[in-house]
Amino acid sequence: MKTKASDYETSAMKVMEKLGQPLVEMEDWYCCGAVQSLTEDDIMHQIAPIRTMCCAQEQGEDEVVTLCDMCYNVLRQANDRMKDKEDDLETMNEFLDEDPDYEGGVEVYHLFHILKGMEDEIKDAVEMPLDDLVVAPYYGCMLLRPDNVAVDETEDPEIMEDMLELLGVKVLENPKRTECCGSYHTVNRSDIVEKRVEDIVSYAVEEGAEAIVLSCPLCQFNLDFHQRATDFDVPIFYITELMALAFGLDIDMKNHKIDPRSLLKEKGILE
Amino acid sequence: MKLKKLTRDIDFMDKVEELSGQSLNSCIRCGTCAAGCPFVEDMEILPERVFKYITLGEFEKVLEHNTMWICAACYTCSVRCPRDIDIAKIMEAVRQVILRANIDMVDVDEVDNIEELPQLAVVGCFRKETG
Amino acid sequence: MTPDKAEDEGNEDVEMVEIFVMGKRYRVPKGLTIMTALEYAGYKFTRGCGCRGGFCGACSTVFRTEDEYKLKMDLACQTAVEDGMFLVQLPFMPAVRAMYDIEEVEPEEHDNILLDHYPEIARCVSCNTCTKACPQDIEVMDYVQAALRGDVERCADLSFDCIQCGLCSIRCPADIKHYHMAQMARRITGRYIHEHSDELEKRVQEIKNGEYDETMKEMVEMEIDKLKKTYEERDIREEG
Repeated sequence: MKTKASDYETSAMKVMEKLGQPLVEMEDWYCCGAVQSLTEDDIMHQIAPIRTMCCAQEQGEDEVVTLCDMCYNVLRQANDRMKDKEDDLETMNEFLDEDPDYEGGVEVYHLFHILKGMEDEIKDAVEMPLDDLVVAPYYGCMLLRPDNVAVDETEDPEIMEDMLELLGVKVLENPKRTECCGSYHTVNRSDIVEKRVEDIVSYAVEEGAEAIVLSCPLCQFNLDFHQRATDFDVPIFYITELMALAFGLDIDMKNHKIDPRSLLKEKGILE
Repeated sequence: MKLKKLTRDIDFMDKVEELSGQSLNSCIRCGTCAAGCPFVEDMEILPERVFKYITLGEFEKVLEHNTMWICAACYTCSVRCPRDIDIAKIMEAVRQVILRANIDMVDVDEVDNIEELPQLAVVGCFRKETG
Repeated sequence: MTPDKAEDEGNEDVEMVEIFVMGKRYRVPKGLTIMTALEYAGYKFTRGCGCRGGFCGACSTVFRTEDEYKLKMDLACQTAVEDGMFLVQLPFMPAVRAMYDIEEVEPEEHDNILLDHYPEIARCVSCNTCTKACPQDIEVMDYVQAALRGDVERCADLSFDCIQCGLCSIRCPADIKHYHMAQMARRITGRYIHEHSDELEKRVQEIKNGEYDETMKEMVEMEIDKLKKTYEERDIREEG
């Protein structure tokens, strides 16, 4: 978020400020681990997310909002586990000996949860509707599965479509929007990710998509970076980037491998 | 692979069930997991075949195929299983049995393009493929 | 050397404590550091001992005190012996160290530079064991997390007091080599992030020109007492 996905952070910060609901970065936080550890006996890999919950508790907060889908998924799953399993929380607190005990009172939200209740503010903030742009929404896995942490219907989500329509863009139906992008296989099995990207992007292009919109930094990287192995060059936007453009805010878009500027100029969104 | 260390003194099925909290005997081999899996074409054997080998105690056959390493824990199978088996947890348990025997699937020093990769990809990969 | 050496010498005024070195019992005067106590007991340091002033990080040691379940870590030259202390000196840590050319690690161009050279930092689980082991009270876990985020400067700042003893690394469940990684962060910070110092450059040039050769030669040949006095009376000027 601070380096390879700084476009997401800066655009989200600007957008939320414009909407009158500015986000404040936590004073302290720890890398959640990106993927949730799923074995019953493993407490060790829950330490980092719960430590972040402790930080929130210490700062007097009872809500944490994440931008990253993977952070949302891990923090939420780890936090829910501590709430559901008293023994695990006790073991955790015994280990985290220098902190005050974590009481399980912090709730984890994703940016979408916040945006969901702000439809009117979003409508009001739109200065330049992105009328000509045709986009395919893409959710990936971490916002929707496992179903107990889903931000919307697991098999038929609409939350992103609803947001995008407020911005004026033409939203395509995209049945591939909940399929995995290949995730961490990008590290040592890029062949697998390339196949996933080919599948996801080609479907969107066939339907007429000019860009794909999402909210996960790893999906953004995979769909953007690994298109080099395909015949496509479809820009991959964070949803907050499109919001910023519609709100008339200046954004960098410096992390993109496939430069979205020519598309945006063609559509008259950028000069 | 250090098979001896893995197979010594453990009942593979018990271990997988204990780590995953799932019951393997609930599986009816319907194939819904494989049908929805976005990675299935790269798997040498289907998930339900993995379950079959585990229940039969044929862990060598599980270990010699790549299925659990291709699974990226996207949870598609878990949310669709008609028997409510959390398949992602079973795959994780199989991975953990191996990783806990000190057998890593990725050499952290051999990843050649770390500089291009976002941190969360590297963190995620090391979590799933090193012990 | 017998455990009762002090009594043998009739040194009854000194309060003695009992320590165990690698399982063997010794009685040593209270108030000694672990290092001097070991020497008192007859051990001679050939490795694992350096400046004796808490700066070089060579004398990392592991110990446990009576009625404590926790293993503690500290520097042998900075820690006083306690009655009932069980201790062991640690050998040199063969920790891996990354090779790099300082001219090719510009952090503006490489936003992942520490992770790239020390990929194992991605395995950090935030357990904080490293911070607890640190004899310098450094927030070790926090600087590893900063490194992972690509914040080289914060990593360098937080690790500034590190003396490279390596205790963090032998305790780490993720096999991270914190201290070498942080040294790289400090070197990058010094080379690219901190302001360039003209004074330093000027002084280096003066040294290269041999302007201090004479003074250096004098000091090397100086009597130890005079050298100490010269050191104490040295002229310290404020920066700028």
